[in-house]
Amino acid sequence: MIDLDLVRHAVAAAGQAGADAADAIQLCSDSVEARVRGDEIDYVKQARERALGLRAFVRGARGLSTALVSTSDLSHAAIERLAADAVALARATAQDPDAGLPSDGFAEAWPELALLDPQDRELPLETRLEHAREAERAARAVDPRIVNSEGTSVGSSFDSIAVASSAGFEGCYEGAHHSLVSSPVAAENGAMQTDWWMTVARRHCELEDPESVGRRAAERALAQLGARRVPTQRVPVIFEAPAARSVLGNLVACLTGGAVYRKTSFLAGRLGERIGSDAVHVIDDGRRPGGLGSRPFDAEGQATRRTVAVERGELRSYLLDCYSARKLGLRSTGNAARGTGSAPAAAPTNLWLEPGRESLEQLLRDTGRGLLVTGLFGQGFNPVTGDFSRGARGFWIENGERAFPVEEITVAGNLADLLRDVDRVASDLLWLGSLGAPSFRVAQLTVAGSA
Amino acid sequence: MTTSTPVLFFRERFGLDESSLARTLGIALDGPADAADLFFEYSTRDAVLLEEGIVKSGDRHLSQGVGVRVLAGEKQGYAHSDEIDAESLRVAATTARAIAAGRGSARSIAVRGPAAPSRDLYPVGAAPTEVPVADKVRLLEQIDRYARSRDPRVRDVLASVVCQSRHLLLAASDGSFVADAQPLVRLNVQVIAESPSGRREVARQGGGGRFELGRVLTPAYWQPIVDEAVRLALLNLEAVPCPAGAMDVVLGPGWPGVLLHEAVGHGLEGDFVRKGTSAFAGRLGQRVAAPGVTVVDDGTLPGRRGSLNVDDEGTPTQRTTLIEDGILVGFLQDRLNARLLGVTPTGNGRRESYAHLPMPRMTNTFMLAGSDDPADIVRSVSRGLYAVNFSGGQVDITNGKFVFAASEAYRIEDGRITAPVKGATLIGNGPDVLTRVSRIGFDLALDRGEGTCGKDGQSVPVGVGLPTIRLDGITVGGTER
Repeated sequence: MIDLDLVRHAVAAAGQAGADAADAIQLCSDSVEARVRGDEIDYVKQARERALGLRAFVRGARGLSTALVSTSDLSHAAIERLAADAVALARATAQDPDAGLPSDGFAEAWPELALLDPQDRELPLETRLEHAREAERAARAVDPRIVNSEGTSVGSSFDSIAVASSAGFEGCYEGAHHSLVSSPVAAENGAMQTDWWMTVARRHCELEDPESVGRRAAERALAQLGARRVPTQRVPVIFEAPAARSVLGNLVACLTGGAVYRKTSFLAGRLGERIGSDAVHVIDDGRRPGGLGSRPFDAEGQATRRTVAVERGELRSYLLDCYSARKLGLRSTGNAARGTGSAPAAAPTNLWLEPGRESLEQLLRDTGRGLLVTGLFGQGFNPVTGDFSRGARGFWIENGERAFPVEEITVAGNLADLLRDVDRVASDLLWLGSLGAPSFRVAQLTVAGSA
Repeated sequence: MTTSTPVLFFRERFGLDESSLARTLGIALDGPADAADLFFEYSTRDAVLLEEGIVKSGDRHLSQGVGVRVLAGEKQGYAHSDEIDAESLRVAATTARAIAAGRGSARSIAVRGPAAPSRDLYPVGAAPTEVPVADKVRLLEQIDRYARSRDPRVRDVLASVVCQSRHLLLAASDGSFVADAQPLVRLNVQVIAESPSGRREVARQGGGGRFELGRVLTPAYWQPIVDEAVRLALLNLEAVPCPAGAMDVVLGPGWPGVLLHEAVGHGLEGDFVRKGTSAFAGRLGQRVAAPGVTVVDDGTLPGRRGSLNVDDEGTPTQRTTLIEDGILVGFLQDRLNARLLGVTPTGNGRRESYAHLPMPRMTNTFMLAGSDDPADIVRSVSRGLYAVNFSGGQVDITNGKFVFAASEAYRIEDGRITAPVKGATLIGNGPDVLTRVSRIGFDLALDRGEGTCGKDGQSVPVGVGLPTIRLDGITVGGTER
């Protein structure tokens, strides 16, 4: 269990070295991770990690200058050397009128967020390995064409985070992550396909059953066998929930404070404007019980909260840390995130697209002819303009049904147009980690393939 | 050379000598285990960042730790700790042994005297992390002024200089014992341009390698990088929507070699090959590329970002031919996969840090030059795409599908380069794409030292290279017909 001694010591050491303000974060993590292929263990990895990050500010005539240091050597002597380094570094950088710690908005009392089940610390490694083997067996049991796998990985980590700030905040909390990911390989006529399915939760009892994960992963890989390209054309495109999450990830990059104040987001300067159809409703909530992105306070000690980012197509709020908020003349939304080796920057906590009422199958039936995208890959997205062009796989839809699998195609367009053209949102909200999305349909997109 | 400086570094700082290493390896290695190794790392990274005309932050990060690995058959047990002392070593070795191979009694291991790598691909006088921060601040301020002076449409400049000094020491149960000190510098420049009509675009350029920071501090080094970032940002302001569909594509020299990295390189890594999950598994000796196509991975190029004296398992790096005149002839191996496949390690066992298990990774991967004039290659295309800069790519190893996004590309119409296009993505199939190479230029170039490769959540620095090539009938993911 973590305590506040080291972060307090680091903040005090910074003060003694000449800093005018400082905050520190300590992360402690104990983790185990393993991968099984078939019945055999690939690897087991056990780790104990401890690191401390310190941010120091030195006051000048035109504002504060900033330095950031971190270490995995946590001896008091190392921390004192580091604090002195930080102050020397800060003196070498420029004064910035917007730099500095928050002076209010700190979390005072925090609710129980169900981030950890103490019993999970007692889970034997052998049990986790057996879960991985179960998923592998379940995948192979689906069909004889499941001939191989990239393995099933299981992992658990128990993390504690402590934050202290010379502005008066201090706090610590614990959380856990458990996961199981299965990636079977299907083969037919010399061609192979793989896909994955995963489950991740704060408490082990909330994980999806390993057998179900293995089976779903196998079904997804099998369904892709025999995939081909389709001709280049413009058609309605349905993003199945896992692919919808990926599109939402692109949108998130445009909602965060850093991209907005640098104007490297196409959403910069558009607060209060309509940016999507009525069906687009995006929420961030740092206090969702059991949420993978939940935390009682952010990396700057600000209280986490629920922020409606997009309400029925209207841009209501960005996701902000203190610095980006000051740059924009707004207030922090409690979205500062940082590792020990990085400066606080705005990032989503638990963010999702609100689901609609109808099923994915209903969307397919109503669409008649088009493309169902089940997976996206590649980084073809430009947040400055919103232009995207990404590799895709999925199914061709004919007569409202999955006619045949497709691959080696791209979907391309502009995210602003896509958000405007979202005309149907399904009810199948899928949470994988801290980002959740239901399937949705876009009226028209360019699909590039053969010819 | 008897005892290298990196060895002394660990001896003085942590008291690591032959007897303490042998003792830990002895604990790690029990009856059923095949091998054990220890990986010690002490690394310093600093970064200085400029935006909006001022240096907003200076960073300095210290990371130290040890990883103990035990190998038994196909199984690996790994334990790591960020404390390097006798007790942590004992706990880590006991844990790694227990998870890999069950229990047994300690065996006695002899660790031979330390070996320095037989060559130094990156001799530096001053470690880049020891250069005064004021020099780095001055560099970034010069870059900012210079970029803004190039064109009034330049609205903002983000620049950073990142320096790393990584000390590592490896000892293995076969008696090998080696240490290395690896410098790495990198300059990043991002230019944001805005047209009078309010259209904004961003362009990024960078460069670096394993050399002294002094080289980066000279205008002859950084000015061409800034010029290129400014040129690209302004060019993007003029770019038109990209065509969609299958067409002939000409790739320019240098960084477009990322195609090789994604489309074939990953599929030739020994772990995917051994497990049979790569589309290239079992295809040794078969044609996987057009005649004339030769692809190598070379970790021995002096000063390159992807180069290493020894890999992260202590194996000296080498030049490995992967494809020779279109025929698949080699794979990239770390020690585990080489042993299981009955072949020799190729010096490609790499890991991000002591907190990660090594696996087969690329170093500098490139295609050898051909004999065609690049201008003739462009002239040979009637309707297609000329792609010269890329922002990144991704591959599905199993079905071979890859995708990568162009950050600078033009239409080719009747053999002439015409309008710049935005948002071009290339998509294809790894085992198929190099069979579509119909022309190979004489202008092989390596990238400027900006590549980072991700695999299984681990990032390592890499290099790529390519001469101008023509690919027939590749799918381009644009929006226009």
